[in-house]
Amino acid sequence: MTDGTTTEPVIRVRGLKKSYKAVEVLRGVDFDVARGSIFALLGSNGAGKTTAVKILSTLLRADAGEVSVNGFDVAARAADVRESISLTGQFAAVDEILSGRENLVLVARLRHLDDPRGIADDLLRRFSLTDAGARKVSTYSGGMRRRLDIAMSLVGNPPVIFLDEPTTGLDPQGRIEVWQAVKELAAQGTTVLLTTQYLDEAEQLADRIAILHEGRIIVNDALAELKKLLPPAEVEYVEKQPKLEDVFLALVGDKK
Amino acid sequence: MMAKHFLGDTNVLLGRSLRHITRSPDTIITTAIMPIAMMLMFVYVFGGAIDTGSDSYVQYMLPGILLITVASGISYTAFRLFLDMKGGIFERFQSMPIARSSVLWAHVLTSLVANLISLVVVLLVALLMGFRTSAGVAEWLAVAGILFLFTLALTWLAVIPGLTAKSVDGASAFSYPLIFLPFLSSAFVPTDTMPGPVRAFAEHQPVTSIVNTIRGLFTQQPIGGDIWLALAWCVGILVVAYVFAAVTYRRKIS
Repeated sequence: MTDGTTTEPVIRVRGLKKSYKAVEVLRGVDFDVARGSIFALLGSNGAGKTTAVKILSTLLRADAGEVSVNGFDVAARAADVRESISLTGQFAAVDEILSGRENLVLVARLRHLDDPRGIADDLLRRFSLTDAGARKVSTYSGGMRRRLDIAMSLVGNPPVIFLDEPTTGLDPQGRIEVWQAVKELAAQGTTVLLTTQYLDEAEQLADRIAILHEGRIIVNDALAELKKLLPPAEVEYVEKQPKLEDVFLALVGDKK
Repeated sequence: MMAKHFLGDTNVLLGRSLRHITRSPDTIITTAIMPIAMMLMFVYVFGGAIDTGSDSYVQYMLPGILLITVASGISYTAFRLFLDMKGGIFERFQSMPIARSSVLWAHVLTSLVANLISLVVVLLVALLMGFRTSAGVAEWLAVAGILFLFTLALTWLAVIPGLTAKSVDGASAFSYPLIFLPFLSSAFVPTDTMPGPVRAFAEHQPVTSIVNTIRGLFTQQPIGGDIWLALAWCVGILVVAYVFAAVTYRRKIS
């Protein structure tokens, strides 16, 4: 269900396979992500979302398949891929003992950028962390920590950003803050691939949603198209717009 | 491939770890406190009953105490590395365009700095307790060189549990046997008072030759072959630990 009408995709995955010992986590995954879009990889716990993200961000080697990011093969040109991406992993990758500003300066230095302090101040402002910038991160709330985490991923404006379950463990307020940050990213033309187990999150943010189930992409489409996949009988009963949750459960079978 | 960034990246990451140490100096204090407490106890409680043939017991036992300081210091090396692995920051670094080995080297250099500070603190306490040496600049440099090699070897040893441990306890527990190794050596009592098998172990394990060397340098006694044996042990442990750590690291990041 890929569409060939768009220009060269910024992420291209074909026949991706990965096993841990006897467990096949990914059994032939294909998808494309268009430049400047938000793509959500949706799936239950253990569906293989994190494994896919780790392969895309060069942290894990695939067993089989072709994966390219920003035109570079992740296995052959890992260094070029790392220049093009930023990863915000499942656990906030921030240094608790440093201040927010020091965290940003650290990343800017490691990306070999000029004016690390200027970059840090700018990002603190964009993520409403200026007041907290001098404080140790260990004093931050969950939402602030995650915002800093995402701000750290933006240092150097990489064209592609991976967000692995960016709102897991956050309270509703923190969640909204992160959603806001992701929307602003996409508005600037950054390509975002996010994984989530929250259906409303995908619904809120994504231009395109792929559902990863038992190691395969079982559907990959825009939200509007996904909603059409609901069995017609059910549509007749429901007066309001069907929720993505219904689509998801209908597609993966009733496993509540 | 990323070699051009290696020094710069290592330097940036070293700055980060050193800031950790200056913000929580308790790790250095904890490292120094146990050897200092042992020194106090041995000198003022047991010392009177131990006949080492030298005029002051602190003189006799300081080399062993210095090694214990390093052995307890490197458990924090493993601990700090473990925390980075456990939190997401290690993965963030690995997904960035940096020299990948600099993440490890920054921890190793931090360990050297932290241990140096602890060693200086312990040495100052020993001086207060009456430790005196006639050692000249050359002897001091030799002592510093041996302690440096010993710290570097044990640091690379600590990298292995730091990378592979499943829990905080696991990351630092490996250092306990290292802390107790000096007790089965010439560090606190002459080995000729020990029963046969214990004595055989004590005389052939690395700590004895290192302790004898440092003691000889401090008291300007002839050291004989001990210094070469000590160097061989340090370099040997260093090479083996480095190879294992490097293989473990490569397995972790690929």
